[in-house]
Amino acid sequence: MPEYETHDFDVVVVGAGGAGLRAAIEASARGARTALVCKSLLGKAHTVMAEGGIAAAMGNVYPEDNWQVHFRDTMRGGKMLNNWRMAQLHAQEAPERVYELERWGALFDRTKDGLILQRPFGGHRYDRLAHVGDRTGLEMIRTLQQHAVHKGIDVFMECAISRLLKDGDRISGALGYWRESGRLILFRAKAVVLATGGVGRAFAVTSNSWEYTGDGHALAYWAGADLIDMEFVQFHPTGMVWPPSVRGILVTEGVRGDGGTLRNSEGERFMFRYIPEYFRVETAEAEEEADRWYEDKVNNRRTPDLLPRDEVARAINSEVKAGRGSPHGGVYLDIATRRPAEYIRRRLPSMFHQFKQLADVDITTTQMEVGPTMHYIMGGVRVDPDTAAATVPGLFAAGECAGGMHGANRLGGNSLSDLLVFGLRAGAGAAEYTNGLSNAPAVNAAEAEAIARDMLVPFERKGDESPYALQHQLQETMHNLVGIIRTEGELQRALVDIRELKERAERTGVEGNRQYNPGWHLAMDLRAMLSISEAIALAAIERKESRGAHTRDDYPETSRDWGRFNIAVRIGANGEPTIAREPLPEMPSELRALVEQEVKIGA
Amino acid sequence: MPEVAMKVFRGDSSGGEFVDYTVDADEGQVVLDVIHTIQATQASDLAVRWNCKAGKCGSCSAEVNGLPKLMCMTRVNSFRPGEPITVAPIKTFPLIKDLVTDVSFNYGVAKEIPAFRPRPPEADGRYRMMQEDIERGQEFRKCIECFLCQNVCHVIRDHPDNKPRFYGPRFFVRLAELEMHPLDTEDRTELIRKAAGIGMCNITKCCTEVCPEDIHITDNAIIPLKERVADRFYDPFRWIFGKLRA
Repeated sequence: MPEYETHDFDVVVVGAGGAGLRAAIEASARGARTALVCKSLLGKAHTVMAEGGIAAAMGNVYPEDNWQVHFRDTMRGGKMLNNWRMAQLHAQEAPERVYELERWGALFDRTKDGLILQRPFGGHRYDRLAHVGDRTGLEMIRTLQQHAVHKGIDVFMECAISRLLKDGDRISGALGYWRESGRLILFRAKAVVLATGGVGRAFAVTSNSWEYTGDGHALAYWAGADLIDMEFVQFHPTGMVWPPSVRGILVTEGVRGDGGTLRNSEGERFMFRYIPEYFRVETAEAEEEADRWYEDKVNNRRTPDLLPRDEVARAINSEVKAGRGSPHGGVYLDIATRRPAEYIRRRLPSMFHQFKQLADVDITTTQMEVGPTMHYIMGGVRVDPDTAAATVPGLFAAGECAGGMHGANRLGGNSLSDLLVFGLRAGAGAAEYTNGLSNAPAVNAAEAEAIARDMLVPFERKGDESPYALQHQLQETMHNLVGIIRTEGELQRALVDIRELKERAERTGVEGNRQYNPGWHLAMDLRAMLSISEAIALAAIERKESRGAHTRDDYPETSRDWGRFNIAVRIGANGEPTIAREPLPEMPSELRALVEQEVKIGA
Repeated sequence: MPEVAMKVFRGDSSGGEFVDYTVDADEGQVVLDVIHTIQATQASDLAVRWNCKAGKCGSCSAEVNGLPKLMCMTRVNSFRPGEPITVAPIKTFPLIKDLVTDVSFNYGVAKEIPAFRPRPPEADGRYRMMQEDIERGQEFRKCIECFLCQNVCHVIRDHPDNKPRFYGPRFFVRLAELEMHPLDTEDRTELIRKAAGIGMCNITKCCTEVCPEDIHITDNAIIPLKERVADRFYDPFRWIFGKLRA
């Protein structure tokens, strides 16, 4: 029987990015004995890579901005599939969460009056993103980390969770392993908060780090929770495309926010040809108006370079397919001819550094080559908006691994604010849940042992399948068949591939021993990636329309009928996934009026 | 596809050796890419830390041909073709396995530094700070905690027994950031002198040279901290005044 060490907590938070840190701080502040468990060292989570900023309607640059405008932008950006209550809470509470970071030591860039400066971003009506140059994520994670270390939270670094445990219907704990030693570790817990981010590593071209293997999605799904909106996978329009080894690395939307424009091989600012009807009234149709907009957002309409990400990614895809791409299969992003070199270096220091060092390109003199990169999954664990509770008692989720907030497409900048708003709510929800429990759940030792044995199986069988090769094949399948543009036939083929890979994953063997063994770690991460890739493909097959980030070549129209449903994926009694259509919650009429109101530009 | 010869340290706390690998390397690859290729094709249990692969997280620190580097920002074509590239773990921290070291020392120090304590906000509940007053702090907050500065600091690299008495350059940067924060009210000068051991730094600037974020660690952080300590504890007038008041 495999051995494991045991720890007791009220709340175990899995993941230590923005959402996990904020959840742990809140749960601990409310008196819960709290553990923070993370796969990497503290401060290295994917939040650190966020560049552009935190969307919050503070109105420091444009006093016209307020939560109602932010709510409207978010719902329209999400093509109305967002959970309205989450979008409302998010827009209302984001400013206070930003001010809280400032009280904890964050140093945001300032306006001339000494307030927090805000920058423009795609889909946002006004300058709204609190930022620090192009390294906002680093500022956010460091601030939370430095605040958290003094709060009596027990941090388990380089520790991965493999499965959640249940007592009847309720969560009772989690089983995982220390990456360093390979020793197994059992958490007995009354509540678990999932804050594990996304699943980018299932795709060949991605901006995501190795940790993004869909762990939280899978832990929730295996424990019986609902996943929703899994068909909505965001391709960020601007990732690096050359050289091959950096393909996918993010180029912040802030480049366009600060004046950069997209051009094709003919030098044309092609986005003016891709303005969809849905955003026509708020988008500039002429280059002159678009360029004036940078200085005056009240009297001009937004440049189409800053349409929501789904629109821009599709446009780039079309330009490349039409033969107007750059030599390495992207398009050009030009800020060099539009802004002074000094301004570019000050506003976009990491972009300057990144291109100089990795691609030998000086962005103050030369156009960048960029193309779409898998960046974010809108879908995730279905949660109660106010408490972040999943459909399994004792389970909570926040940040990217939770679903509903962003609907069919997330606006840039809305992720960092999402982490803070719903991280806090998940921490509070979990702490209150544990306070309300009359009897603590118990861990079933036999269940824990079975899972522990299963984790160690790859060492015992001398399987012939390499986890690295399987991940590579999964990435090719998802990239080629479940990418930006989808069809029934390709999605069905993807499903067949994924199921075959699942079978082969049962035959993986690993070399070496349990001490810091990446091959073994990947063999376990692969299970999560495969389950979640299957859920994505199934949901994408089910939604027979095009909406937001989900574009079906065989169903190009957006359908009113499909706009009334989220698609839920949950595990069936036989262990196989099942699909259900869940009606969207009814939006109150005063909020509906906000969204439907025509936007007025100018006096 | 050109071949690259690699010498990668393999081993754990009980010992180890450099192992030769020959790998196909794509155009533009960085050392971390080559390490990943070795993992995927030749040594699936080769231990390495990494996250962002874009110079933003500071996870993949190593000594490449003897120089402290982020593997994700070190291009293979920056080395002479045909000559092997040697990759070793950073030396100042105890080895766990292969390229992974135990950097928990740094997390322990971080906990010892008294937290940020802001003054009360203005009447409207807001804080106002001018951009020029926060620029130095922003420079310090660029730190990605790769710990390369800690790795090359000879106070702890050559004398590990100094670790309990010396925070190292990373945390002088952190302390300087707090001390120069326009809103902070905490006094850490005594801690900087005593627990942090700033006096042991003899400003050889090794830390500044290896910082991938180009933070002027010595000039902008350490020297001003040394001056604060000197003003407080070694200014003869202050010293007499302090004695009289006591």
